[in-house]
Amino acid sequence: MEYTKEEMMIITASRLLQNGEVCFVGIGLPSTACNLARLTHAPDIVLIYESGTIDTKPHLLPLSIGDDILAETASTVVSVPEIFNYWLQGGKVDVGFLGGAQIDKFGNINSTVIGPYKKPKVRLPGAGGAPEIASNAKNTFVIMKHNIRAFVEKVDFITSAGYLNGGDERRKMGIPGEGPQCIITDMGILRPNPESKEFELTSIHPGISIQEIKDNTGWDLKISENLAVTEVPSLEYLHVLRDLQYRTSIAHTHSQK
Amino acid sequence: MLDKFQPLSFLIQNHIHDGDQIAMEGFTHLIPFEAGHEIIRQGKKELTLIRMTPDLIYDQLIGMGLVKKVVFSWGGNPGVGSLHRLREAVEKGIPTPLEIEEHSHAAMACAYQAGASGLPFGVLRGYTGTDLAKENPEYIKGVTCPFTGEKLAAIKAIRPDVGIIHAQQADKKGNIKIWGITGVQKEVVYASKKVLVTVEEVVDELDTQNQGIVIPHWLVTGVALAPNGAQPSYAMGYYKRDNSFYKQWDEISRSQANFEEWMNVHVLSKSVNQIP
Repeated sequence: MEYTKEEMMIITASRLLQNGEVCFVGIGLPSTACNLARLTHAPDIVLIYESGTIDTKPHLLPLSIGDDILAETASTVVSVPEIFNYWLQGGKVDVGFLGGAQIDKFGNINSTVIGPYKKPKVRLPGAGGAPEIASNAKNTFVIMKHNIRAFVEKVDFITSAGYLNGGDERRKMGIPGEGPQCIITDMGILRPNPESKEFELTSIHPGISIQEIKDNTGWDLKISENLAVTEVPSLEYLHVLRDLQYRTSIAHTHSQK
Repeated sequence: MLDKFQPLSFLIQNHIHDGDQIAMEGFTHLIPFEAGHEIIRQGKKELTLIRMTPDLIYDQLIGMGLVKKVVFSWGGNPGVGSLHRLREAVEKGIPTPLEIEEHSHAAMACAYQAGASGLPFGVLRGYTGTDLAKENPEYIKGVTCPFTGEKLAAIKAIRPDVGIIHAQQADKKGNIKIWGITGVQKEVVYASKKVLVTVEEVVDELDTQNQGIVIPHWLVTGVALAPNGAQPSYAMGYYKRDNSFYKQWDEISRSQANFEEWMNVHVLSKSVNQIP
């Protein structure tokens, strides 16, 4: 069965999530991947959104982080101070799942500005919950489309800390979470080198060439000695994903009034 | 018993002044659009607007040139993209230059809690290694735990002149009930010097037993009935979020001229005069 690069990315990301994990979910691609995992191999994954909705099970994808569907299908809803202080800072989150506009070779994420902060070329939406998700979740996963503008040697602005300048700098600064474990893209999976913490290509999606990935990466991307080929999406995952996205697009096109 | 209840236009006229620091909260849910529109109609200006997620309502106030400074932690159109009026104000000073004070959500939530608690600052384990702390040293500083010696982040408390929220219900005394996503609604009420509330409905008696929060009437400066007052955001139990409109806003707000035309038709030419 044919599939798109975006479907490959989302399905690959969803398969990395384990049943029963407590997952703090960013909106957009992370939310799609997390809900796909919940609807397939991880029915007991606990999805938390920063609006305070806990163990939410939406039958459509939310457009915003606080859509009604998230509150209606949650086990409980807590306040925003509670979600950040008790849940995230309190160490109750296994996986933080993030996206971003720009990421660098040490997994630092920029979602604030392109260009200088005081005189930005492009003003992006900003931090939201990301800095503390990246620092306080036990592990972080990142999902982003691969392109040369997004995968850069050094981000213009560190909104959310990855491994900073690499090595053990993150740990030395006292950031509690382990940091980004993988970047899932539409071309492959990147994981940090255990020593340098520089992200390397560890898995390549079928039909993509190494040159193509290198051409879309803004640093001299190292290729893992144990480079794997990512598993092709199964029919089941494709069906569930397409069904979810189709129902969502209908719901978001029609006015609710 | 109804003296707290005033038409929205009276509340805004009497309690909002040019140059005020105003926090209109509602985390995706219960965003006080109708109150914001009344502020726009009355042309209150030089405002400092505080809100975790500026959303469409602050995009509108900014685009109308009424805002001097915005304090925020995530300034986009959720799931859609940029807030074009906010973005153009920051990037190009259109229609007027906009000062920004920027936080993370966790820090801003702590700043509201500190304000509500009467403390000068909030504390969190955050910002480490990020550039937000470097760029904004006036209001993000380090603090050392006196017990463990751990370095933590301190954030200046938020104490707005006026806090404005939308809620599902008020009773006739002006007690307020909110349920669903409550965001920082409670914190902004306790942190603000004056509190204005718009409500979907005035009921004889609030259900105070079930999930949700109740804000006692003596914390509330004034209440106005504003049915559908959170549209295009939503009021759980009353109406859903108009996601289709949030998507349309991307096009409406892309140019200043188009935006102004839309505001003329949909906001400036309307007026509210509802008395319970």
